[in-house]
Amino acid sequence: MENVKSQENKQYRIALRNSGLIDPGDISDYIAFRGYEALGKVLTEMEPAEVAKMVKESGLRGRGGGGFPTGLKWEFTLKAPGDEKYLICNADEGDPGAFMDRSILEGDPHSLLEAMVIGGYATGANNGVIYIRAEYPLAIKRLQVAIDQAREMGFLGKDIFGSGFDFDLYLKLGAGAFVCGEETSLIQSVEGKRGEPTKKPPFPSESGYMGKPTTVNNVETFAAVPPIILNGPEWFQGIGTETSKGTKVFALAGDINNVGLVEVTMGTTLREIIFDIGGGIPGGAKFKAVQTGGPSGGVITELDLDTPIDYESLKNIGSMMGSGGMIVMDDSTCMVNIAKFFLEFTQDESCGKCTSCRVGTMRMYEILEKITNGEGTEQDLINLNDLARSVKDTALCGLGQTAPNPVLSTMNYYKHEYEDHVYNKKCTAGSCKALLSYSIDPEKCIGCTACLKVCPTNCIDGKAKEVHVIREDECIACNACFEACKFDAVIKP
Amino acid sequence: MDMLNVNINGMDLQVPKGTTILEAAKKCNVHIPTLCHLNLGELGVVNQTASCRVCMVEVDKRPALVPSCSDKVTEGMVVKTDSMRAIAGRRTSVELLLSNHPTDCLVCPKNLSCDLQSLAQELGIREIKWEGKRMDYEKDLSSYSLIKDPNKCIMCRRCETMCNDVQTCGILSAIDRGFDAFVGPAFNLDMVDTSCTFCGQCVAVCPTAALTEVNEVGDVLRELNDESKHVVVQVAPAIRAAIGEMFGMEPGTLSTGKIAASFRRLGFDGVFDTDFAADLTIMEEASELVHRIQNNGRLPMLTSCCPAWVKFMEHQFPDMLDVPSSCQSPQIMFGAIAKTYYAEKMNLNPEDITVVSVMPCLAKKAEAHRPELSCGSDSNVDIVLSTREYAQLLKEAGIDFATLADDEFDSLMGESTGASVIFGATGGVIEAAVRTAYEWITGETLENVEFKQLRGMEGIREATVTIGDMDVKIGIAHELGNARKLLEDIRDGKSDYHVIEIMACPGGCVGGGGQPYHHGDIEILKKRTAALYREDEGKAKRKSHENEQIIKLYEEFLGKPFGEKSHKLLHTCYQPRERI
Repeated sequence: MENVKSQENKQYRIALRNSGLIDPGDISDYIAFRGYEALGKVLTEMEPAEVAKMVKESGLRGRGGGGFPTGLKWEFTLKAPGDEKYLICNADEGDPGAFMDRSILEGDPHSLLEAMVIGGYATGANNGVIYIRAEYPLAIKRLQVAIDQAREMGFLGKDIFGSGFDFDLYLKLGAGAFVCGEETSLIQSVEGKRGEPTKKPPFPSESGYMGKPTTVNNVETFAAVPPIILNGPEWFQGIGTETSKGTKVFALAGDINNVGLVEVTMGTTLREIIFDIGGGIPGGAKFKAVQTGGPSGGVITELDLDTPIDYESLKNIGSMMGSGGMIVMDDSTCMVNIAKFFLEFTQDESCGKCTSCRVGTMRMYEILEKITNGEGTEQDLINLNDLARSVKDTALCGLGQTAPNPVLSTMNYYKHEYEDHVYNKKCTAGSCKALLSYSIDPEKCIGCTACLKVCPTNCIDGKAKEVHVIREDECIACNACFEACKFDAVIKP
Repeated sequence: MDMLNVNINGMDLQVPKGTTILEAAKKCNVHIPTLCHLNLGELGVVNQTASCRVCMVEVDKRPALVPSCSDKVTEGMVVKTDSMRAIAGRRTSVELLLSNHPTDCLVCPKNLSCDLQSLAQELGIREIKWEGKRMDYEKDLSSYSLIKDPNKCIMCRRCETMCNDVQTCGILSAIDRGFDAFVGPAFNLDMVDTSCTFCGQCVAVCPTAALTEVNEVGDVLRELNDESKHVVVQVAPAIRAAIGEMFGMEPGTLSTGKIAASFRRLGFDGVFDTDFAADLTIMEEASELVHRIQNNGRLPMLTSCCPAWVKFMEHQFPDMLDVPSSCQSPQIMFGAIAKTYYAEKMNLNPEDITVVSVMPCLAKKAEAHRPELSCGSDSNVDIVLSTREYAQLLKEAGIDFATLADDEFDSLMGESTGASVIFGATGGVIEAAVRTAYEWITGETLENVEFKQLRGMEGIREATVTIGDMDVKIGIAHELGNARKLLEDIRDGKSDYHVIEIMACPGGCVGGGGQPYHHGDIEILKKRTAALYREDEGKAKRKSHENEQIIKLYEEFLGKPFGEKSHKLLHTCYQPRERI
């Protein structure tokens, strides 16, 4: 695959097995790569309960973030009373910088369709919905082509493989709300309502779309299903760690040499991903932290880089698997500012339903803004910590409950940075502009006027061959003088 | 019944399956504060959005706190409502709400009747802990009935539940998102530009002052102090069973005599009773029903006393405008008679008469401004006060309502029968109509006037009453969602009713949008209803056509019921309206 400039040998492709290798617009390409073979096996040789059991035995867990055992979810829906059941694919990938699902949807749409028919059979659903964000036009186009081809070939529709099993699906486009990736909000949105979470219980497997038993699975989860059917649960069981089986796709982003998708077996360490596959930090800078789990996750420091990653280990070190976003930060990153960045995202994406998330994320954001502006107090640090804990404990859905994670984890690992901002009014990473005060070292300045010429606000006074002075109140901390000075005379905080 | 074991704060108890933690806690006298929660019991109105996060409790083995209003008890559940963690969670939720709330309590229309204010007091909150940005939206002052102040919206969604689930009007829903989210009409349209019926049920359940009535107390004071004006007042049936609550009296206390006395103290020139106009309505409506039955007219006939219901029908069923009775509501009929017959009798210029109504209803405010319900350029009714505003007027005038000695209404338009009193409860209008129609059709005296099969709290009720050789099939609905079901049946040709009574509010006018706040206690509505039936029982005359002043009105002025003059003064027509 083009966008993964990585060492292939460290990777193990299950979900991305066909991406980049086949023509996504041609069903025969997919079939040539054993496509729809698993579906044939399921419909002609297996009972629905056997399929759910097989997936359960494989140890496959939800790849969208929650990590709930997929086979168990399928069993719940299968056993739920009622004849009318639904299967929904969550393709509302919204974490900033994450595009694992998009890669599958665009590169291998049939693997999703095949898995959904299998899932429909295993859960007793005859109708499926792919809830996909409208910001993925190419994925939508390719999925639609794939659906048409699958219908034509009889893989969707009535009496598939002559088994008497009917299944069809349609695309529902999301309107760009991050919270719709949360399954109850997603269901509301599919129903045509405002995308807002509802309380659980009842869980969707009991009462979901239109009040009917519904299974919601993520794209990457589905993509792992056909290989499990074909290779058997033992094969999948054999990959990964004690509690987390198989592989996981991560989207490497941030301060890293090889930006892109990687698929690795569960249990691979962060160090392997970042330094071996990702090629390390650009420009010889030092690694500072990595954020996993998107805006709902936490930061992981150097100390935990050798943790073999799975659902549990990431949780234990204060972060989470999430959908697979991985943002690498070098030592020029201010951790207070990073927490503010993620909070800005979650408070902007909050649906506004519950008090904790609607008002709580705004208040946390405001405190962080105060701190990064150099106006923070000791009480702000106490309040921020209290509030983060309270929001985590009281918010209605996953978005709100995890929104404080970036704050809590940065406060935990980088407390000294917060204290530096508050007590010393200093941002050591040099990224909080309000705390940057530039000055000129009179010992080193030779009066070359280079800084004076590049200053966009003309706030440097001085004449040729005389020491220059920066008028701090007019300085916008653009760093231009620092870069222009050839004598290291500009002092950056 | 399946019973479950639960431990709350160390106390073991058994509760039936399906019980919420909040309900279970109540059983062992553990109080958990709530805010967004609303459960009107047998009326079937439940707001369970669990959005305020105030009723949070700690449940063993659950990773986060849980909302007790919506989470149900499971076997062996161990709950702590008083742990530091639960208290901190709850408190933070209220502090956060207050941090985005205008703290203008002293001058707020809901001062001392605001649930958020009470909660802050209950939790002992003494400072706004989180200072920051606040919502800044314009108030919606577009309607004659209600005011919407989004800055006071706490997203409890009670109004949305009433508007969508109960009334099926679908005007109010959450708009915008995150911190900016609030409840309002789509595209934040002005209420007046929507299909809002102004039933006021959103106001009745709003815990804060995000939705309040348009206050006209000042207008009444101005009129009372204008010597050139002859100010008359009418009071709707449902007020007498509710106004006492505003003065610390038991719900269901009848205050008819005190009301008359208070009006006189306030200085009204004519002190009258809408009950009189209700009797008049029955004369017209029963005549219209008999006319429709005898002339193969459009059946079923629907009552038209409730202005919210009338507007609902115009928006939602514009193809069926021939179904409702053409009778104006009692409030408007009163105004029409006051500005004609009464003016004539008293030798007054109708333009010098100000008609003030005290109504349990906010839709009556909008109704008074309907252009077709006026006499010439002058409105039939000039100012409409809700029960709550009436109480405010009394307090401002320094009248100690509870200690007033009973007084009588003035003659000409003050007499009323038991039939008119029960207009205030669901089923009452139709019962009153049956009492009169029975005697008119059969020519016999009706001995037992109580038709108990027409009473009750079920949303849709039906009964068959034999009148002479005819079985009259009667339908009754309260709440507009129930009305919609009956209307859809009529449209589909599946309805075999002769006559249907519809009231927009739960329980009828006793539960009107202008009544004292019930704060979710449905027992209050039941007590008000019982009071009205009690007043009916105590009346010497219980059939509208026996009202002496009404008989005199027809003799001296109107001629015969459903006659030409009545048509001009007391009947109306409806217009199709858009659904927005």
